[in-house]
Amino acid sequence: MKTLPKERRYETLSYLPPLTDQQIEKQLNYCLQMGYIPAVEFNETSEPEAYYWTMWKLPLFGANNTRAVLDEIQACRSEYGNCFIRVVGFDNVKQCQAVSFIVHKPGSKNNSGYRY
Amino acid sequence: MSYSQTQSKSGAGYDAGVQDYRLTYYAPDYTPRDTDILAAFRMTPQPGVPPEECAAAVAAESSTGTWTTVWTDLLTDMDRYRGRCYDIEPVPGEDNQYIAYVAYPLDLFEEGSVTNLLTSLVGNVFGFKALRALRLEDLRIPVAYVKTFQGPPHGIQVERDRINKYGRPMLGCTIKPKLGLSAKNYGRAVYECLRGGLDFTKDDENINSQPFQRWRDRFLFVADAIHKSQAETGEIKGHYLNVTAATCEEMMKRAAYAKELEMPIVMHDFLTGGFTANTTLAHWCRDNGVLLHIHRAMHAVIDRQKNHGIHFRVLAKCLRLSGGDHIHTGTVVGKLEGDRAGTLGFVDLLRENYVEQDKSRGVYFTQDWASMPGVMAVASGGIHVWHMPALVEIFGDDSVLQFGGGTLGHPWGNAPGATANRVALEACVQARNEGRNLAREGGDIIREACQWSPELAAACELWKEIKFEFDTVDTI
Repeated sequence: MKTLPKERRYETLSYLPPLTDQQIEKQLNYCLQMGYIPAVEFNETSEPEAYYWTMWKLPLFGANNTRAVLDEIQACRSEYGNCFIRVVGFDNVKQCQAVSFIVHKPGSKNNSGYRY
Repeated sequence: MSYSQTQSKSGAGYDAGVQDYRLTYYAPDYTPRDTDILAAFRMTPQPGVPPEECAAAVAAESSTGTWTTVWTDLLTDMDRYRGRCYDIEPVPGEDNQYIAYVAYPLDLFEEGSVTNLLTSLVGNVFGFKALRALRLEDLRIPVAYVKTFQGPPHGIQVERDRINKYGRPMLGCTIKPKLGLSAKNYGRAVYECLRGGLDFTKDDENINSQPFQRWRDRFLFVADAIHKSQAETGEIKGHYLNVTAATCEEMMKRAAYAKELEMPIVMHDFLTGGFTANTTLAHWCRDNGVLLHIHRAMHAVIDRQKNHGIHFRVLAKCLRLSGGDHIHTGTVVGKLEGDRAGTLGFVDLLRENYVEQDKSRGVYFTQDWASMPGVMAVASGGIHVWHMPALVEIFGDDSVLQFGGGTLGHPWGNAPGATANRVALEACVQARNEGRNLAREGGDIIREACQWSPELAAACELWKEIKFEFDTVDTI
C-alpha cells in the first residue's frame, strides 16, 4: 500500500509521464486533423483559476503541419524557460476552446520533475 | 354522432352523445406543420379495438377531447386545437403493437413549461380503457417551442471553460456509503478523491438533509475539501451538492448557500423533485453562475417497460428544455447495461444541436435544438478501470465518467483509486488521439500504463479485465 504524494497537476494529460516531443507531435497532429487551431501560451504560475495565460505570438491559423507548432513551442521554451507552457486548440466551428495540455514546466529542460 | 359536426359547421347544431373519436382525430391526410409538436406513441390496443380508433382516442384524450360531446365545443374552433393522429405503423415482430404518430398544434401548450407539456401529452391518456398499454417513444419539439425555454443553465462549452477541462471526458465519483456518514467524515472522502485526480465528487441522490448529516454541515465540510484539493493539485474541483428538498423555498436556500461557499455546481433530482422545481432551479443557476447536475431517480419506474410508460429519450429531451448541465444516461458497459445504439441516440439528443431521424437508434423525429446549450452525458454505475477504453470510445469527450466503487474500492484508498482512474483515462485519450483503436487495443493501453502507475496496477489486479463486447443485443 502506498500513500499518494501531494503533487501539482496541469489538467489534461498531466497524469501521464511527461510527454516527449515525439508524443507532443502526435497530439498536435490530432489537433490539426480535427481542424483545431493550435496556439502556444505561457504563464509564471499555474493557479487553477488563472484562466488566461499569455499568448505566445498569435494562434497558428495557417499551420498545416506539426513542425511549425513544435518550432513555436521550442522558441517559447527558450525565451520563457522559467514559465509553464501549454498548447491549446481552438474550434472555430463550435466557437470554443477544445484542447489544452502542458508541454513545459519552469526550470526543466526536458519536462522532468514529474513523479513518474 | 361525431365531432365532425363541430368542424366549423355552425349550422349543424348541437347533438348530445358519446364520442366517436375516429372521425375527428384520425387524419391520415394531415401534413404536420413545422410548428406542431409531434409524438410517437407505442400503442397496444385492447383486443378487438381497431388501431385507427385507438390512435384517434390517444390523440383526442391527450389534446382537446373528452368522452362525450359538450355544447361548449361549439363555441370554439376545434380544428385549431385538436391533436391529430396522422400515421400508424405496425411494430415489426409484434402482432398487436403500433407506433401512432400524433401532431399537436403549438397553441395547446404554455410557453416554457415542461410541466404543462407533459400534463397534456402523458396525462389521462395513459389510463385510457381502450388501451392495453401505451408508451411515449419520442417527441419532436418544434423550434418555435424550443425557443420559449431557457434550457441548460450553461451547457457543455461554458462548463469546460469555467472548470478548465479540455479534450477529455471528466471524472466523477459518488461518495459511499450513501447514507450514514457524518459531515466531516464525508468531506474527508471527498477531499481524498479530488486530490487523487477526480474532477468531481457527488452526493448520492438520497442524501438530502438527514439526522446523521444536515445539509449545511455537509456543504461546509465539502467546501473545505474542494478548496484544499484545488490548492494542492492546481486543478479546478467540484462536488455536486444535492439541493433537492421538500419545498422549492428550501431547495433555493440550499442552492444560495452553495453559491455563498463559492461552489461551482449543485445537483437536483428532476423526476422526484418535479419539472417545476427543476426549471426554477435551472433559471436560478444561470442567473447565479452555478452549474447544475441532474440525477434521474425514479426514471426506471417510468421508462423500463418496453410497452408502457415513457422512453428515457423523452425524459432526456424534457430535461434539456427544463434545464440541466449534466444528466445520467447509463453506461452501456457497466452493471446497468443499456442497448448501445438507443443510448447513443438519446446522448446525441442531449448534446448535439441538430439530430437527424434514425429509427435504428430510436430517434423517431429529426430534432433541431436551435442553439440551445447541450447537456453533458454522465455514465455512472458499476464501472472500473478496465471499462475505461470502451467508455471513452462510446461516450467521447463530452461526458462525465463516474466511478463510485471503482474509486472508493481501490485497495489503497480514495486518492490512489482516483489516480488510477485518471491515469487510465488519460492513457486512453492519449492513445485515441494518436490514432490507436480503443475497442481493439484497450486492454493493451491499460496494461502499458500499469507499467509506470502503481495505483493503476493495483486497481487492475483487484478488478478483472473485461471483454470489450460492443455488440449488445439491439432492442429498439
